[in-house]
Amino acid sequence: MKDFSQLFSRLETSESLEKVAALEKYFAGADERNKLWTIALLSNQRPRRVVTTATLQRWAREYAQLPVWLFEESHRVVGDIAETIALILPSPSEIRDFPLSYWIEIVLNLGEKEEAKQKEAIFNAWSEMSKEDRFLLNKLLTGGLRLGVSQKVLVNALARHTGLDDNLIAHRLMREWSPVEHTFQDLLLDGEGDASRSRPYPFFLASPLEIEPHLLGEIADWQVERLWDGIRAQLIVRQGELFVWSNSEELLTHKFPEFNTLLGTLPDGTVLDGEILAFRDSLPLPLQDLQTRIGRKNVTRKSMQEIPVIFIAFDLLESQGKDIRSRPLVERRELLEKIAPAGSVLHLSERVEAGSWAEVRENRDKAREYASKGLVIRRRSAPYRSGRKRGDWWEYKVAPLTIDAVLLYVQRGEGQEAGSFVEFTFAVWGDEGLVPIAKTEVDLTEPEKNELTAWAKNNTLERFGPVRSLKPEHVFEIAFESIAPSTRHKSGITLRNPRIVRWRREKKAEEADTLERLKAFLVFN
Amino acid sequence: MALLEFTPNGIYCPQADVYIDPWKPVKRALITHGHADHARWGSKYYLCTHQAKPVIQYRLGNGPRIESVSYGEARTINGVKISFHPAGHIVGSAQIRVEHQGEVWVVSGDYKTENDGISTPFEPVKCNVFITESTFGLPVFRWQPQREVMQEINDWWRENAAEGKVSIIMAYALGKAQRILRYLDTNIGKVFTHGSVESVNKVLQSQGLILPPAPKASVDNMRNAMEGSLVIAPPQALRSTWVRRFKDYSTGMASGWMAMRNTNRRGYDRGFVLSDHADWDGLNEAVLATGAEKVFVTHGYTSQFAQWLNEQGIWAAEIGTEFHGEQLEEEDGEVEE
Repeated sequence: MKDFSQLFSRLETSESLEKVAALEKYFAGADERNKLWTIALLSNQRPRRVVTTATLQRWAREYAQLPVWLFEESHRVVGDIAETIALILPSPSEIRDFPLSYWIEIVLNLGEKEEAKQKEAIFNAWSEMSKEDRFLLNKLLTGGLRLGVSQKVLVNALARHTGLDDNLIAHRLMREWSPVEHTFQDLLLDGEGDASRSRPYPFFLASPLEIEPHLLGEIADWQVERLWDGIRAQLIVRQGELFVWSNSEELLTHKFPEFNTLLGTLPDGTVLDGEILAFRDSLPLPLQDLQTRIGRKNVTRKSMQEIPVIFIAFDLLESQGKDIRSRPLVERRELLEKIAPAGSVLHLSERVEAGSWAEVRENRDKAREYASKGLVIRRRSAPYRSGRKRGDWWEYKVAPLTIDAVLLYVQRGEGQEAGSFVEFTFAVWGDEGLVPIAKTEVDLTEPEKNELTAWAKNNTLERFGPVRSLKPEHVFEIAFESIAPSTRHKSGITLRNPRIVRWRREKKAEEADTLERLKAFLVFN
Repeated sequence: MALLEFTPNGIYCPQADVYIDPWKPVKRALITHGHADHARWGSKYYLCTHQAKPVIQYRLGNGPRIESVSYGEARTINGVKISFHPAGHIVGSAQIRVEHQGEVWVVSGDYKTENDGISTPFEPVKCNVFITESTFGLPVFRWQPQREVMQEINDWWRENAAEGKVSIIMAYALGKAQRILRYLDTNIGKVFTHGSVESVNKVLQSQGLILPPAPKASVDNMRNAMEGSLVIAPPQALRSTWVRRFKDYSTGMASGWMAMRNTNRRGYDRGFVLSDHADWDGLNEAVLATGAEKVFVTHGYTSQFAQWLNEQGIWAAEIGTEFHGEQLEEEDGEVEE
């Protein structure tokens, strides 16, 4: 497993480009089984956990003949159980290098064995493995092997390795597959369909509007729509197949089975640009809900019911198989309106009617009533450009909400940042005292940081690992984009993108805002 | 009166009125080896081994009186027999044996049990009381043989050279730098050194240590001959302006602390587990080989190692010190261009 463990350590340390290079090099030297298992691990298809860390730890102590306390001291210093075990075992007398697939087979077979047999097999394995390999095996056994590689990096590396197109690889990896039942050939080389069929166009991104909108000129030259807080995506229908691409170039088709109904209603050769929103009872749900749904491994009927989604189309890039991006927005809009809405999951992004820039501004200020982030203002004569080019598309965001909150917890950093606090938790007054409502980065000036660090050290009430609870004394103004109800938080709410505006030295802790006032913002959502 | 006492100035022998590796200026000091936290400035008289003397002289200058003895050669001071025995830590490093009226104490200083090929190899010394270091006194520290680590270093260098990169390896200027230099595969490319490594090399070469040529990485020779070469530098150099003269380079760190992922790769590309201190197995072997009835444990994981020894049936206690053992940065802080 030496080659895989080298890959693992390179992936841990390097930049995206280096990760791609490391993977490409690894794929070039690995056989089919090992390639396939590596792709599986990188796509989070891990073998199931065979033993608990507690059991593995007990066996390791037995193997190394060490008392519990010494194992625990070691764990405290090392920080990771699988690694502690790998390190405390006596050095092997002879190291044998078996490939990754060999160890995975062992791990898969172990699941069915009784405990004594499992232990015996693991002792045998440990006795002939290097520390690095033991670490990886321990991670495999406890189901905790994670490699920091994005889908995009994996796709790039496989594209370079196979000489196939990126989009084709991404598409093929999206299929249901298993490293046990399929071969590398099945997975990547024999797939049907060609890449150009699923390929999205480069996204055109709006820039934040930092000037007053009336400086943009005649309002009649502009089209105004709402700016949604969802996932920007292109919805593609070509040759009887539907694809959904996010603007981070992830193929998300399989995450949204409900969009498949559009195959019957949208004409072939259509590419829509828009926003995917979690949406229920005619209102958008917080982005967090959408992310939760995407984050789940499988899309179930239940998750589709709990978090329904829609696609709000605001542009048409391809019509009847023709790339129409160079045509002006006003023409593209006309064509878009002919095909959308189509079915309950495809909405048309409605134009905000405004006769003057003053009305536009008023509309922006009401953005929260629509659970939107503000407005997007687009030049009617502009083509669909690519990337973030200033001039034609503007985001006109609503001003953030602010509250005054009390600093309650600070968290120490790790590694290079071990000496300073990197995260603050703020609280407001509830019925029974302070309730935490937001965590933020420590965005303060150096002198403020130093002053607060010194103060915190002398005013700590309790310590929990890297976290200290502090005497409630300092008040900060906190800005945030929006607020949503939450069952996962004690406060019952969650704030989007909270950040420190300023330290309000003139305020006492008692003068901070209440949870009641904060919840009043909820009526807009 | 115990033969050795633990005082605020360091380990003290009242009968002979000498200190061992004192951390404050004293009248007479016995020095185990030339690292700056052991051979401290300010005492009037120093005694060490012949092999340790040139470095200590280089560091302390001509002010104090520095005498030296051979390994095993005994000096008697007020009835106390004092001798120095190989500790295998760096060139000239010694354990110090103190005997009075049949009672024997040994102060290990820093030591390692593996023969590194440049230091006189560690020899266990029978004693009643053993004072041991425990820099790496946890079972997570178990070293690979030096030849395997050197192979890793050479492989890394070869790979970098193939990509046209300079390899910069960080190692203590005294000890590890020479150990690495000695076993580099010089077929791969040229070797250069940082100024502080080069000056230590010169001192050790003048006393007969054989090392491959490794000139100082100066601005001139860097321009011409650096691609594919390897540079040995102390860890602090990585954070100085010195390193900026290299264009395309990869950095490696040689330290026992590299055994753990959480200390590995903090600002360097590769970690190599190479230490001049004993690992867990080395510490245990060394303690057993002394046959000591009592063991005092200084610097490192003292409480853990002492408790472990007690559980193994050897009376042990920890004592506080101002020695630093192995750190990721050298205490000396001698970074010169």
